[in-house]
Amino acid sequence: MKLTKLAAFAVAAVVAASPVLADLEFPSISYRTGPFGANGAEVADGFSDYMTLLNERDGGIGGARVNAVECETGFSAEKTLECYEATKGNGALVYSPLSTAATYQMIPRVTADGIPLLSMGYGRTSVSNGDVFSHIFNFPGNYWTGASVIVNHLLDINDGSLEGKTIALAFHNSAFGKEPIRTLETLGEMHGFDLTLLPIDSPGQEQKSQWLQIRREKPDYVLLWGWGVMNQVAIQEAANIRFPMENFIGVWWSGSDNDVIPAGAASDGYKAVTFHAVGSDFPVFADIQKYVTDAGLSAGDGGNVGTVLYNRGMYQAVLMSEAVKVAQAMHGTADITAAMMRDGLENLVITDDMMEAIGLKGFGPNFEVSCANHGGPGLGAIQQWDAETQSWSLITDFGAPDMDVIAPLIAADSAAYAAENEIASQCN
Amino acid sequence: MLYREAGDFKTSYGKDSQTFPLKFDRWAYWLLLVVAFGVVPFFINDYWLNAVLLPFLIYAIAALGLNILSGYAGQISLGSGGFMAVGAYSCYKLMTSFPDVSIFFHVIISGLITAMVGLAFGLPSMRIKGFYLAVATLAAQFFLVWLFNKVPWFFNYSASGQISAPERTVLGYAVTGPLATAPAKYLFCLVFVLLLAWMARNLTRGSFGRKWMAIRDMDIAAEIIGVNPLSAKLSAFGISSFYIGISGALIFAVFLGAVDVNDTFSIQKSFLILFIVIIGGLGSILGSFIGAAFLVLMPVLLKNIMVGQLGWPSDLAAHFEFIIVGALIIVTLIIEPHGMAQVWRLTKQKLRLWPFPH
Repeated sequence: MKLTKLAAFAVAAVVAASPVLADLEFPSISYRTGPFGANGAEVADGFSDYMTLLNERDGGIGGARVNAVECETGFSAEKTLECYEATKGNGALVYSPLSTAATYQMIPRVTADGIPLLSMGYGRTSVSNGDVFSHIFNFPGNYWTGASVIVNHLLDINDGSLEGKTIALAFHNSAFGKEPIRTLETLGEMHGFDLTLLPIDSPGQEQKSQWLQIRREKPDYVLLWGWGVMNQVAIQEAANIRFPMENFIGVWWSGSDNDVIPAGAASDGYKAVTFHAVGSDFPVFADIQKYVTDAGLSAGDGGNVGTVLYNRGMYQAVLMSEAVKVAQAMHGTADITAAMMRDGLENLVITDDMMEAIGLKGFGPNFEVSCANHGGPGLGAIQQWDAETQSWSLITDFGAPDMDVIAPLIAADSAAYAAENEIASQCN
Repeated sequence: MLYREAGDFKTSYGKDSQTFPLKFDRWAYWLLLVVAFGVVPFFINDYWLNAVLLPFLIYAIAALGLNILSGYAGQISLGSGGFMAVGAYSCYKLMTSFPDVSIFFHVIISGLITAMVGLAFGLPSMRIKGFYLAVATLAAQFFLVWLFNKVPWFFNYSASGQISAPERTVLGYAVTGPLATAPAKYLFCLVFVLLLAWMARNLTRGSFGRKWMAIRDMDIAAEIIGVNPLSAKLSAFGISSFYIGISGALIFAVFLGAVDVNDTFSIQKSFLILFIVIIGGLGSILGSFIGAAFLVLMPVLLKNIMVGQLGWPSDLAAHFEFIIVGALIIVTLIIEPHGMAQVWRLTKQKLRLWPFPH
């Protein structure tokens, strides 16, 4: 007994000491503290748990182990920069700062350093134009497709016409919240609805006056572009003025479990757009339970598994690891670099078979990334909260946004960026 | 033994009133400059630049500015974050409107614009003092941040309301934008720190500084002996805002490269700079540097020790960081209410006597 233990130990020591493949570095720029910490922690848990699962179950990706080290930012741009500088030298493959402000700041830096950045459903929308933004990806959805999917949903439930309706947008008064305005204004002109803008200053605990205005003006629908503590307050305030919850629709960052639970039964019927499925009814969660949670390796306390934001963090890890596989196949090596990772992301194709192999059949839409389109098709669905069962359910299929409206906006914004920074076309 | 006046004869008035009366200090000062200008640029990398040196240098400038206002002239201000935003947005407008002008001049002009804004918000100091003035400057903080969020002209009508710094050069070397090298950015900020610290030192021990200190110690008495409170207080506000504006312009253009006004120039920033000044030492040039090092670099050091060396989870380390920095602030203020600069002053006195204290 003792000998076998000793032998096992010796083998382990030899394995540890022998020169193995370098790890695949995935710095996890996360925030578990501050006003956005409750939401940031769930995303970080999902990301980290899936990476741990890959290590424990498959021994990494394509034989190379994954190293996902967290770096805490507290949602501050300065600390994000520090985290970036601290990790980029270790062979970081891809960044994902989970903050629109930080993404704006990192776009020129990562491009100059040749490291890709995946801003999944946040960041600068026009990075979908890969012709200008060579290293930045924002598949499978972005703010403008999200806004358009919401408007499409509203069109659906109003028999195809929003003529004369009023829509209020309560948004975090920052780059993040301001992103959808341009699209919503254009869509408003097209479909004939009035848009009221209600900026809410960060972090968003104080929004009495905005809700007073909503109470006075009685808009038909309220859209919420919030994050962290702002969502909980907004949903509570909406409940306080008895605003009908089914007319209150959030972006995907305003539709997580801990946004709606504090308002209790009053939040029943609240809707949000999403680009991936909800719940823990997928085979991959059994593996996470077995290899990660039960083994005591979860990043958090294990209680977040299956929540909306946990799923999103996991989905991000899934897409990144699939891109690694693409890169490994393209370049014939398991030990890929950031430049190869960029190629992997750019040639990523997600199909039903792939999702089924991962154990996530029907979790997210199929899409294809290309040099010109770093954003995917931007499909989105609407989820609704049921306060009684404490669960979200998808009430629509994944639908396409109105790309006729969004594509010109993306082209215009990225052209402005290209002109400002003298960027030549990347794809030809 | 080494640290003493003996044998160091002052034979002119100039020598008698020099900043560093001790030969040892003068040597240390020149050595520091040689290292900072001649050695560091050859070894600096992006991590040291962006995590350590740039924040230290830039916050030191802001602290010098607030120290002139609060430490020397005794006017409490909570508007530093707002004034930094003025510097940053002026710099952005100048950079994008006059792309061919050297960024050096843009930064200086941003400082001057901030000085004008500071003068305007300094006017209430004629009538109100102390806490009431602090609240009035708080209004500046909120008003300015609101303004830069509200008026699209300031951010050139960009969709997100963010401003990002395009590449601009000094003497052909890029100091802003993603392609600027670490030594270029570092030297650019270092030159500003040196010039501004030298100017602050000479202002504070000249007639300006004497007037400020007279107003700080007792404004009625100062007025009776012939100090004009209007010019003294307004000059303190103007010069202080000039410094803070320059630091804001540097934070935006050189350090972060893109700025969201709510995130970077919030009330937190005003508090941070006030704490730097209080911890470092009110009314001390050196204190501004020590305070900046303490409050800006200590968290980075603690993080590296706890996460990098001890391998703690990053959120636990972040919480501990708050606790440790907070505890250190309280302990420092109890042990030495006059700040770290006073500790250095006492050390110097002891050193002069060492090793024969009696």
